[in-house]
Amino acid sequence: MALIENAPKITGGGPALEAPRSKRSPRSTKTNFELYAWLFMRLSGILLVVLVIGHLIIQLIIDGGVTRIGFAFVAGRWANPFWMTWDLVMLWLAELHGVNGLRTIINDYAERDQTRFWLKVLLYTSALIVLFTGTLVIFTFDPNIGQ
Amino acid sequence: MPAGTLYRGREGMWSWVAHRVTGVLIFFFLFAHVIDTALVRVSPEAYDETIEIYKNPIVSVMEYGLVAAILFHALNGLRIVAVDFWEKGPRYQKQMFWIVMGIWVVLMAGAAYPILNHAFREVFGS
Repeated sequence: MALIENAPKITGGGPALEAPRSKRSPRSTKTNFELYAWLFMRLSGILLVVLVIGHLIIQLIIDGGVTRIGFAFVAGRWANPFWMTWDLVMLWLAELHGVNGLRTIINDYAERDQTRFWLKVLLYTSALIVLFTGTLVIFTFDPNIGQ
Repeated sequence: MPAGTLYRGREGMWSWVAHRVTGVLIFFFLFAHVIDTALVRVSPEAYDETIEIYKNPIVSVMEYGLVAAILFHALNGLRIVAVDFWEKGPRYQKQMFWIVMGIWVVLMAGAAYPILNHAFREVFGS
């Protein structure tokens, strides 16, 4: 803050420049988190286009689409490490991409600090549930659970 | 345009609004979808019974709506990447929006039969 207050007043041909209305928050300039989040949205987005559209073609379009989905179908696909990896990467990228998107939306529209705080607590809790449950299910899937 | 607003309307703003709305929709679906898939860890019966919901004709129509949201979000997302990283992106953002809408219409037409024919048959017989 001292930096801004002690800055020399610029006096040129026109009137002197006023000090900025809001003081620069030191917190927002400490790290490049927002830059990395911005970059992550673009990179994960490109990967998700391939992963999610591939997922939709397999689940909804190819021979019979949704009508053939059931436990046996899942067991058949998760017998292959390739599809386990596909689903795991898709789960993590989609959830992190979605969490960051909703974080941005909360920051834009929730104006009271309390509201922002609780909406984010809810958001991060839901993300932990989804990532934990999803990862656990992919890694511990048992095709013989019914027997 | 009322005074004192940053919202400029037209392709740029409305694609941004639609990107947010579809994003939130997909996010909530993902939550439900991970939970329903987790039922494979409970029992084959529990999973199969829940997946039956997806085969209901009304849910199939909702599924088609979900695909509409995902395809728009995916195509418009690629447009955003082009606007941010391609030097001529900002200049052609409007044209790219209409290209996105064109591809979206074609893909939605192509997805209609595979996704909806089961629902159609169930409702109208045959």
